[in-house]
Amino acid sequence: MEDLTDVYNELIMEHSMNSYNKKKLSNPDYSEMGHNPNCGDEITLELKLNGDTIEDMAFSGHGCAISQSSTSIMIDTLKGKTLEEAKDIIKTFIQMIKREIISEEELEKLEDAICFKNVSNMPARVKCALLAWHTLEDMINKNEKGGTASIDCCQ
Amino acid sequence: MNIEEIRKDFPILENNKITYLDSGATTQKPQYVIEKIEEFYQNYNANPHRGAYSLSMEATEKYEETRAKIANFIHARHPEEIIFSKNATESLNLIAYSYGMENLKQDDEVVISIMEHHSNLVPWQKVTKQTGSKLSYMYINDDYEISDKEIEEKITNKTKIVGITHVSNVLGTINNVKKIIKQAHSKGAIVIVDASQSIPHMEINVQDLDCDFLVFSGHKMLAPLGIGVLYGKKEILNKMSPFLMGGDMIEYVYEQDTTFAPLPNKFEAGTQNVEGVIGLGAAIDYIQKIGYDKIHQLEEEIVFYAREELSKLDFLELYLTPSKQNHSGVISFNIKGVHPHDVASILDVNGVCVRSGNHCAQPLMRYLGMDSTCRASFYFYNTKEDVDKLVVALQKAYSMFKKYMK
Repeated sequence: MEDLTDVYNELIMEHSMNSYNKKKLSNPDYSEMGHNPNCGDEITLELKLNGDTIEDMAFSGHGCAISQSSTSIMIDTLKGKTLEEAKDIIKTFIQMIKREIISEEELEKLEDAICFKNVSNMPARVKCALLAWHTLEDMINKNEKGGTASIDCCQ
Repeated sequence: MNIEEIRKDFPILENNKITYLDSGATTQKPQYVIEKIEEFYQNYNANPHRGAYSLSMEATEKYEETRAKIANFIHARHPEEIIFSKNATESLNLIAYSYGMENLKQDDEVVISIMEHHSNLVPWQKVTKQTGSKLSYMYINDDYEISDKEIEEKITNKTKIVGITHVSNVLGTINNVKKIIKQAHSKGAIVIVDASQSIPHMEINVQDLDCDFLVFSGHKMLAPLGIGVLYGKKEILNKMSPFLMGGDMIEYVYEQDTTFAPLPNKFEAGTQNVEGVIGLGAAIDYIQKIGYDKIHQLEEEIVFYAREELSKLDFLELYLTPSKQNHSGVISFNIKGVHPHDVASILDVNGVCVRSGNHCAQPLMRYLGMDSTCRASFYFYNTKEDVDKLVVALQKAYSMFKKYMK
């Protein structure tokens, strides 16, 4: 890591410090908490569906700039997508952070979330970037299985 | 020895051009310690206490010599009052299980401080729950210190065990352990001192303190990872049951019953970390060569300077006692409005190693109304230049975030 602005870029900083997605939904269909106990990052995601489409999402909680902005940008990216599309984008994001996909073409579907690409160069921060995505993935999987229990940990 | 000469003794400081400010987590190792470990493997590695051949005898001799050296180092009366463990955590678990579990009764109280590391806290939760006794806390005041009044109010006739860290790993506060021990003894309670954060910096005299148990980890005082010490008064250790069962801690083993070895072997089951013991012995040699007076003098200069320089940064929040004398080499801080994890990453890119997080002290963080802090911890090999680099890196971190703050 030579230049910090590769990670702490304009978009990430703006979303981390002043996110318009940090709010409460009036009546969400699902709510899920995720945390990284070691760093103390803690978020609660709220999701409103319209059929199979993500109509709205919001988050609350606290944590580092990477975890907060990653949550906010994920919401921007996935709003209006179907659950199937969302699952595919989540998978791609996780693969990008873990450096399993590097082709720009494949990463195009991530839209703004591509700005987290350089987090893969900072192993200590990978968990921060993935927190929201894992939390949403768990929420969708649980919903599909018809379960309602809340999980509070994503490793 | 001057600071330049001292720094040359630590190869990692030469090999990496880093500013290492995380000695509270683990210290760097001098070449002398590294060489003594190498020498052990090259010349007298064998399993101590087991062989009738001379190599094993030599290993046994070095192992037991180090036990005596440690006893001498902390002014214990007898070498067998020194038990080797994996680290302070294991030493504390040994006390919690072998002493706590057997001696606590319903309505008894265990008193610890709110600034304990999880290792001197979670075992007591388990033991008090299982014995039906109660876990209570001595809290800190606005100066991040435990007041005399708090000590007198919390340690009562119900108290049977007091656990106290000598120096807080988050706040750097040096606790008045003598006062705590006096109060506890007047109420018939025993006291465990966690010296993990104090013994690297100050001389420990267990007889003068009159503590019943004292624990520390080797790796925070120049020794290798994986070696720890439990000191206990002989009369108490003798009455305790073994903690781990296995080889070398027994006398006679029958199909259904066993008699146990006397101290110290009773508490040292299985092949021990001889490399670690040799390394710890070497670390003590090195500390004694420099001398605690010199260590204190070097550290005081750096820590006072760091307090002064960090206080000038108005974007910082510092969590430390105003009393310089009651403060060791740990400084916790936050940049207002910026998460410590981000600060630590930015410092890292600037070559400055600090820790960020809850420092294994979640109840303390919650009590202070925080999730986490950054922590710079100093040792005698640090310099004023290290402090200056920290300050510059903090200014960079702040300026990165400042323009987005609303």
